[in-house]
Amino acid sequence: MSCRFTLAALAALACTAVAAAQDATGGSTAYQSTYQPLPSEPVAITNAVILTGTGARIDGGTVLIRDGKIAAVGANVDVPDGVHVIDADGRWVTPGLIDVHSHLGVYPSPGITAHADGNEMTSPVTANVWAEHAVWPQDPGFAKALAGGVTTLQILPGSANLIGGRTVTVKNVYAHDVMAMKFPGAPHGLKMACGENPKRVYGQMKQQFPSTRMGNVAGYRKAWIEAKEYIRKWEKYEEKQQAGGEEAEKAEKPTRDLGLETLAGVLQGEILIHNHCYRADEMAVMIELAREFGYLDQLSAFHHAVEAYKAADLLAENNVCAALWADWWGFKMEAYDGVKANIAIVDAAENGCAIVHSDSAEGIQRLNQEAAKAMTAGNEAGMAIDEARAIRWITANPAKSLGILDQAGTLEPGKMADVVLWSRNPFSVYAHADQVYIDGALAFDRNDPGRRPVSDFELGQFERAEVGR
Amino acid sequence: MTLLKILLDFVSGGRRFNSRLESRSHKACGLGMLLLAAALPADAEIIAITGGKIYTMTDDRPLDGATVLIADGRIEAVGPDVHIPDGARVFDATGQIVTPGLVDANSHIGLVEVSLEDATVDAGVTAEHPYADRFSAAFFAPDGFNPASTLVPINRIEGITRAMVAPMANKTVIAGQGAMASLSGSPASLMDDSRALYAVLGESGAQLAGGARAAAQLHFRQALDEARDYAEHEKDYLEGERRPYFLNRLDLEALKPYVAGERPVVVTVHRASDIRNAVRLADELGLDLVIQGGAEAWRVADELAAARVPVILDPLLNLPVSFEALGATLENAARLQAAGVTVAFSTGSSHNARKLKQAAGVAVAHGIPWIEALRAITLNPARIFGMDDRVGTLAKGRIADVVVWSGDPLELTTTVEQVFIDGRPVPMESRQTRLRDRYLDIEALPQAYDKP
Repeated sequence: MSCRFTLAALAALACTAVAAAQDATGGSTAYQSTYQPLPSEPVAITNAVILTGTGARIDGGTVLIRDGKIAAVGANVDVPDGVHVIDADGRWVTPGLIDVHSHLGVYPSPGITAHADGNEMTSPVTANVWAEHAVWPQDPGFAKALAGGVTTLQILPGSANLIGGRTVTVKNVYAHDVMAMKFPGAPHGLKMACGENPKRVYGQMKQQFPSTRMGNVAGYRKAWIEAKEYIRKWEKYEEKQQAGGEEAEKAEKPTRDLGLETLAGVLQGEILIHNHCYRADEMAVMIELAREFGYLDQLSAFHHAVEAYKAADLLAENNVCAALWADWWGFKMEAYDGVKANIAIVDAAENGCAIVHSDSAEGIQRLNQEAAKAMTAGNEAGMAIDEARAIRWITANPAKSLGILDQAGTLEPGKMADVVLWSRNPFSVYAHADQVYIDGALAFDRNDPGRRPVSDFELGQFERAEVGR
Repeated sequence: MTLLKILLDFVSGGRRFNSRLESRSHKACGLGMLLLAAALPADAEIIAITGGKIYTMTDDRPLDGATVLIADGRIEAVGPDVHIPDGARVFDATGQIVTPGLVDANSHIGLVEVSLEDATVDAGVTAEHPYADRFSAAFFAPDGFNPASTLVPINRIEGITRAMVAPMANKTVIAGQGAMASLSGSPASLMDDSRALYAVLGESGAQLAGGARAAAQLHFRQALDEARDYAEHEKDYLEGERRPYFLNRLDLEALKPYVAGERPVVVTVHRASDIRNAVRLADELGLDLVIQGGAEAWRVADELAAARVPVILDPLLNLPVSFEALGATLENAARLQAAGVTVAFSTGSSHNARKLKQAAGVAVAHGIPWIEALRAITLNPARIFGMDDRVGTLAKGRIADVVVWSGDPLELTTTVEQVFIDGRPVPMESRQTRLRDRYLDIEALPQAYDKP
């Protein structure tokens, strides 16, 4: 498109580069994943209690890992010669855990001012920023999460803004830059937030718009209206280019706008929405908002959703997942009505998609424990939830909400070999992740101090043996 | 002393009926006492919890298939062959675990309803307010305690029967005082003889004192020096014959038991050097020191053990969340306990104080013996605050705070069968169970039409 205006000598190179970097609406294909799996060898974990993440449990089972993928999983798997065999001896195996809500890297440890990169709190709509550009890969929190069995996580902007920016899904691997962590093929997400936070940050603290929930909704609607107009401009420009001739020459190319480009990405089905929203009534409004602008299919999950249990049917009918805590409540008025059975009630609805998330550098280390509490609360309320069902809340369901279920989230042949070998039933407070595999490579080994990432920040602070875990 | 007040005191927890009250009532309200005895309030009920595996915490070994006998709000007997009197209410705990009620060593339960709504938060003053630094030691946070807070039932049905109700340090290095309260919900749940002083040094203290740790130590030292001087020259002070102090009289008065070493002083510090400074200061000023936070306390374990300084810690803190917690590790509790330090646990959360047992379980997973972890959430907090003659064990004469569990109290799949506080069973419901039940069965009519 723009290449016709460059010098012929450089045209070939520049043209390709520009064309590759921009698509029809001026969207970007830059910052692609450069992730490469760690070196690995074929491995078979045998004699394990396997939770596949599909709802199945296999006792005395085997997982065969080869070329970074699950080659086979079942009770009667033939293990070829030469494959390194690990006898689980009754230990449990699950898919790698997936946390859909993390601020590791953007609000890292230590939590100092210089590191506070999670919220571009200078305007209520910042669809133009990308969380991945704020990720500090040396956050010691990543390795702690890995020790807790987390192999994939979504890092989001915070919830100060109505529209906070793009999220990024990463593999929990140690890398020197975020692009080397990006989950290959994962779509971007868009962070939205309803309720108290935006109106507290802008209305209360800055005396700006929005200062009310009605202001919030007007803010989203304005942004989507502008996004639709942006798409229309580009489509019109494209039509003229296709038509060719003088009209094409004269047509003014629309100015590229990063924020509108991201919003357009949602409307065009490329970007999923992850919406921080607590109250059931607000979730209903956000669903209606999605219907108003035609992006309901992209509304992937409500996060925190402390009142999701009040709207479980509504969420299930509209195919919206809910990423929840096991028991956090009461820190804000919109979190006052928390109940421990939230996850279980959302899960119980037909087509319900319940997810356990952390939004915490502490919680991400024990997603299995959080799921255990939710499972117990559900059973206490009269439901019958077993481990095979509950494990989905931290594996398959998060994968679904992130648009990566075709690649990860379950132990099925052909999928990425993101696997955790636990010391015992992972729903026990005493369980440890003994080994964590990412794409078939042993990324963490509890019994091998050398097989555990140490970030640059931690070097020279204490001897590793001293600090332990 | 009205009959109604005596009745309320008696019904809400027999131990409130102290000797001062008794002698007055003998003189003026003898008839009242007779009436009370005849009415036999629930408090005088005899309860036998039978068949359970009992962890008394008086020693490490559990008693299998034994009985806890409760009368008048106190433990009457514990053992395998306890005689159960006629008319006793029996709770069958066969196949279940019985422990003392859990004690949270640090919380703001009763002082906060919704954390971000200032009007509902009474744990500390608002830093920006011009009166914020008017008082420090005299600020007795439990004066704002609300026994009807929703946090009380929500946490007590999960096994927490008592908690330290502490102030927040928002403006002054010495934040104020706290005390232990039961989660009975009774107007008389505060235990006034369980007071402790709270102060912050380290990064928080530095921030409050002008931006440097040395300044925080000066504020702290000056306050205690003045308090000691005041205690020794009170008469002169009242007659205007003593040098002027920075502290006001109420603060000076409040500090008396602490400078005398009679009540504990809880200092929040994390960094090893800050912990050493606190130990040194306490030794110099004659204080009964308790370290709170203590992320790097394991580095100073031997010194803490030698100085007999206990540590209240969060077993889940293992990240370098700040430059003063670079050495945070999940093995903190295990290392301290092994070195002979008395440890107590707290998550620091009030709404989710109920995570205490999960935190204790994680500590066990990282090396502390199970029985010591249970001790860290029962007897040790009581011991630290001088309440172990009444709280933290199942033994004759102790307050009857008892929990019956479906299994290992620290395990995530265990449920709480029944909680007793002051010898009375608590209703095993809360606002949250009511909300849950309302939405478990969704019917034609909107939820508001369900019975309230």
